[in-house]
Amino acid sequence: MSLSSKDVAKVGSLARLALTEADLERMTGELSKIVDFVSQLGELDTSAVEPLAHPLDTRNVFRDDIPAPSLTTEQALGSAPRHDGSCFLVPAVLGESGAA
Amino acid sequence: MTPTPVTPAAEPFTTVIGLEVHVQLQTKTKLFCGCSTTFGAPPNTHVCPTCLGLPGSLPVMNRTAFELAMRAALALNCQIASFTKWDRKNYFYPDLPKGYQISQFDLPFSSAGHLDVVDPKGAFSRRVRITRVHLEEDAGKSMHDEAAGVADTRIDLNRTGTPLCEIVSEPDLRSPQEARAWLNELKLLLVYLGVSDCNMQEGSLRVDANVNLHIPRPDGSLAKTPIVEIKNVNSFRSVERAIAYEAVRQFEEWQATGAELGSAPKQTRGWDDPAGITRAQRHKEESSDYRYFPEPDLVPVTVSEEQVAAARAAMGDPPSVYRGKLAERWSITPYDADVLVNQGRDLVAWYEELATLTGDGKVASNWMQQDVLRTLNERGGTIGEFPMKPAAVADIITRVAKGDFDTSRGREIFATVLATGRSVTDVIADMGIAAVGDDELETLCHELLAANPKIVADVQGGKEQAAAGLIGQAKKKNPNVNPAKVREKCLELIRRG
Amino acid sequence: MQLSERSATEIVSAVRAGDISAVECVTAFLDRIELLDGKVNAFLAVNREQTLAQAADIDARRAAGKPIGPLAGLPVAVKDALCTTDFPTTCASKMLAGYRPPYDADVVARLRRADAVIVGKTNMDEFAMGGSNENSAFGPVHNPWDLSRAPGGSSGGSAACVAADMAPVAIGSDTGGSIRQPAGLCGITGFKPTYGRVSRRGLVAFASSLDQIGPMARSAADCALIMEAIAGHDPGDATSLTTTVPSYSQLLDEPLAGLRIGRVTEHYGPGLDPEVARGVDEAFAVFKAAGATVHDVELPHAKYGIPTYYLIAPCEASSNLARYDGAHYGARAELGRGTSAEYVGSFESPLMEMYCRSRAEGFGPEVKRRIMLGTYALSAGYYEAFYAKALRVRRLIQQDFLKAFEKVDLIAGPVSPTPAFPLGEKTGDPLAMYLVDMYTVGTNLAGIGGISFPCGFTKAGLPIGFQLQGPALAETLLLRSADRFQRLTDWHRRRPPLSV
Repeated sequence: MSLSSKDVAKVGSLARLALTEADLERMTGELSKIVDFVSQLGELDTSAVEPLAHPLDTRNVFRDDIPAPSLTTEQALGSAPRHDGSCFLVPAVLGESGAA
Repeated sequence: MTPTPVTPAAEPFTTVIGLEVHVQLQTKTKLFCGCSTTFGAPPNTHVCPTCLGLPGSLPVMNRTAFELAMRAALALNCQIASFTKWDRKNYFYPDLPKGYQISQFDLPFSSAGHLDVVDPKGAFSRRVRITRVHLEEDAGKSMHDEAAGVADTRIDLNRTGTPLCEIVSEPDLRSPQEARAWLNELKLLLVYLGVSDCNMQEGSLRVDANVNLHIPRPDGSLAKTPIVEIKNVNSFRSVERAIAYEAVRQFEEWQATGAELGSAPKQTRGWDDPAGITRAQRHKEESSDYRYFPEPDLVPVTVSEEQVAAARAAMGDPPSVYRGKLAERWSITPYDADVLVNQGRDLVAWYEELATLTGDGKVASNWMQQDVLRTLNERGGTIGEFPMKPAAVADIITRVAKGDFDTSRGREIFATVLATGRSVTDVIADMGIAAVGDDELETLCHELLAANPKIVADVQGGKEQAAAGLIGQAKKKNPNVNPAKVREKCLELIRRG
Repeated sequence: MQLSERSATEIVSAVRAGDISAVECVTAFLDRIELLDGKVNAFLAVNREQTLAQAADIDARRAAGKPIGPLAGLPVAVKDALCTTDFPTTCASKMLAGYRPPYDADVVARLRRADAVIVGKTNMDEFAMGGSNENSAFGPVHNPWDLSRAPGGSSGGSAACVAADMAPVAIGSDTGGSIRQPAGLCGITGFKPTYGRVSRRGLVAFASSLDQIGPMARSAADCALIMEAIAGHDPGDATSLTTTVPSYSQLLDEPLAGLRIGRVTEHYGPGLDPEVARGVDEAFAVFKAAGATVHDVELPHAKYGIPTYYLIAPCEASSNLARYDGAHYGARAELGRGTSAEYVGSFESPLMEMYCRSRAEGFGPEVKRRIMLGTYALSAGYYEAFYAKALRVRRLIQQDFLKAFEKVDLIAGPVSPTPAFPLGEKTGDPLAMYLVDMYTVGTNLAGIGGISFPCGFTKAGLPIGFQLQGPALAETLLLRSADRFQRLTDWHRRRPPLSV
C-alpha cells in the first residue's frame, strides 16, 4: 500500500505540520514504507479478538470534588510566547470554528 | 431581512428540529482538576497544569460530575451503560490547550431516553427522544474585538475543563414553539434536580439546533431539505426565533434551488441575534475528522444496577411527576400546578408552606399567582429574596376566610406590608381595620335601609340585585365592613320587614 | 575506590553515617560531569550552584540532628522528559527549548522528599522517540564504551551518564524499550516497572498507554533502592496502581532455587548478532548455576510487536503532541517572516500559519514522522485497518505473555539484536532503527515489567545486554533475579575506558 503525496499533504494539514516540497517527497516515501511494514498485521485474523487499548484493567478511578490551589496568572502565562498579562495572545481567530 | 410571520396552519412544510444542549454541571471544581468552576473570575486565574494542558499533566475524573451527569440521564429516562469510557476528540483551536477534548464517542454513559413536553393550554404534546447524554470537558474562551481590526485574539482558559453534560435529542420537535417549550422543560428539570444552574448568561446552558424541513409534494412524497446546524443561540427566545427564521429561509432556498438532504454536507449557520438572521459559517472539510480514540490517561467506569437504583432513589421527583402530585395534594388545576412548578423548586416549597398554613391550596395558589408572583415579576429576584414569609401571607388569607375583611382589603394590606416592611398586625391596626361586630353591623344596615327606601322597595319587588347599591354606601360609612356580610344582613332585614 | 565509582547503596549509607557529606558527594559527580560531558553529551542542563546549595541544605539538616530522607545526598540524573521546576524541561526538542514547568513530576517530588539531589537533566531522543539518541535537537549522546557509537535511546543520556560515572543513578522512561535498550548498549542496569507502578504525572507524554518511568543504575540493587523511593500510588495519575510497594532492597537475598525461566524461541531469529546470542546463552548458564531451570517458551506474535507498537505509539503521540502548537507555551514561529514561502500550499489564516509553522519548525524529523503516521492511522477511513487492528494484535501479544507465564516465572533473552551501533548508521533508514526495539516493545504492549543488565562483552569491547521480563507486579522477582546474577558475575562492574 502506498501513499500519494496528496495523501501526505492532507495528513500534514490535519496534523498542522507545514511541509516543504522536499519534506513532502521524503515523507511520502518514508511513510509508504512504514505503512507497508505495519500492514503485515493484516496477515492475522483478528475478527474474534477484542481490541486492547490499555494494559490496565483498573476501573472507576475518581477524585472528590474538592478545590485545589490553582497557578497564579503569572505562572500560567509564564511560558506563553505572547500574552498581555491576563490572557494568552494568538493571531486573530476570525470566523474559524472550533469543535462541533 | 426578517421573515414574514407565518401562521402554523399556513406553512406548506413541517419543521423538523433536533437539539443539542450542553449544560454545565454544578460542581465546585473542574472535571479533571481541582480548579474552581466559579464564573466571573479574572482571566487565567482558575487554571493549573492539567487544565492548561501543560506537558506531563494528567486528568483525574471528578466523582460529583459523573454523579450529576448520571442524575441528568436518569431524569431524561435514559439507559445507563454498565461500562463507559472516555475518548479524545482531536482538533486544534486556541481555546483547547491540549489539542484534544476529552469526550465520549462510541460508548457514552447513557442513551435512549426521552423527555415529554406538554403545552398546558393543549397546543401540543410531544415526546422527544434523547439519543444520548455524555460527559465531557468544556473549552476556554476566545475574545476578539473585531471592531479593533486584525489584532490578536485573547484566550482565557478559566472555563477550560469545566464539566459539561451533552444532551442530544432525536429530531422529534416540530415547531419553534415546541423547541422553546421543550428547552424550558429541560432547564426546569435540570435545575430541579440540582444538576445545573442552567444560567445561559454565564454559559451554563448552550443550545445548538439541527433544523430541516419536510415539504409534501403534490404526489404525496416528501421533499427533505438539507440539515442546518444553528449555533451561537443565547436564549430560548432566540432559539425560537432562529428556528422560525431558518425554516422560512430553507423553504425559500428549496423553492429557488430544489436542494435536498444528502446533496451537500451538513451546513453550520450562526444566529445573529440583533440582525435576526442566520449566517453561513466557514466549515472546513477536514475539521470533522476528529480522530477519536480511547483516552489512555483515564480508566473506564462501570456502573452496577444497584448504583443506578440508588441514584434513581436519591434523585427526587422530576417536575412532570411533581405537577401531578401537587395538583392532587392541594386540589388545584393542572394548569395552576404547571404555573407553580415551572417557577422552580423553591417557589413550590414556599407555596406548599402557604397552603399548609392556610389549609386551602386553591386560595393559596391564587394568592401565589396573583400577588406573590406578580410582585416578584415586578420587583425581580427570587422567592428566597421575597420580603414576606409564607406565615405573613397566610395570616392575611386566614383573616379573609374568617370574614374579618374581604379579599380586596387583604390585597391592600399585602401591598402595604410590602411597601412599609411592617408586620401584618401593625398594618391592620394602622389602617384602622377592625372586625365589625354583629351589633355594629346590624345598626349600620338599619341606617342604610332607612336612607334607601327605593332599594328596599326594589328588593321587595323581587330584584335582589338592587342590594348591591348598598355596599358602596356601607364601605363609605365603615371601610372595615365585609361587603358580603352587609348584603346578607340587609336582605335578611328587608325580608323580616 | 573513587567516590564517583561507588554504588548508590554505598553512597546513601556513607552520607547517613557521616563518612562523606552530601556536598562532597555531589561535588565528585559534578566534577566528573564537567570533565567528561564535553565528550559524552549526556546532559542538557546542569546547575552546579543550585545543586550544591541543595546538598549543603541536607548536610545542615543532618548536622542539626534533623531527620534526613532515605536517599539523602544521593546524586540523581533525571531524563529531560520529566518536569522539574528548577531545571528547564525540553524533551530535547527545539519546541520546548528553555521551557520551565511550574510543577515537579511526581517522581521528581518523591526523589526530593527522599533528599536525593538532582544533578542535571539528561539528553534523550526528542520527545523520547528513537533508539539511538541521535534524534536530540541538542546533539547526539556518545556511548562511553566507544564514543563513535550510539548509546541507544531514548534514555541515552541517562544510560551514558551512569556508564561514565557522571551519576550513580538516573531516571529514564520506557515506552518501547527506552530504558532497557540504552542500558543494554551502555552496560548498565535498567528497570522498566509494571505499567502504573510509578506515577506518570509530570512525565511528558509520548504514548500514554505504554509510557513508564524507571531507574537506571549500575546494579539491580541500586535500582531496587530507587524503586522504593519512586514507586507508589499517586492520586494525580488515574492509571497509577494502588498496590502496596514492597521494600524491594530488603527482599533481594532469597535464592533463586526453583525459579523457572522461559527462553523465547522467537528471539533466536534473523537479525540477532551471533556475539549477542552467545552472551545471552552464557547468561542462561549462570541462572542455571544459581538454581533456576530454563524452559523454551513461545511468544507466537512476537514478530508483530514492532508493527503493532509503531501504530499504537504514533497514534497516541499524534494526540499527545498536539498541545505543542505555539499558542500557550513553547516555540512559536515568527509569523509573516522567514521561510513560509518554501512551504507547500498557503495558510488560510495567520492562526493556521502559527500552528503549521511552529510545529514544522519546532519538531525534528522523527517526531514529525511519527505524528504524521499516527494522524494518518487514526484518520477517517484508516482507523479500523490500522489503529483498531493494532489494538487487537496488542491483545494477542498480551495473551502470549499470560500464557507463557503459566509455564514459567520469568521470560529471558537479549535486550537488543546487536550491540551499540555506530552513530549515523541507521539515521537514514527509519525502519531499520525501529527494529532495535524488537525484543523490548512486547513488555510495554502487555503492560508488564522488564529489566536489562550486562551479561558479557563483544570482542570489540561493547556490552551485551540481557533482559528479563516478568508478569505484572513481579518487580521484586525481577530485581532479585538480576541482583542474583550480579552477585555471580562482574560484568556490571566493568567501567568504560574513558580517557580524560
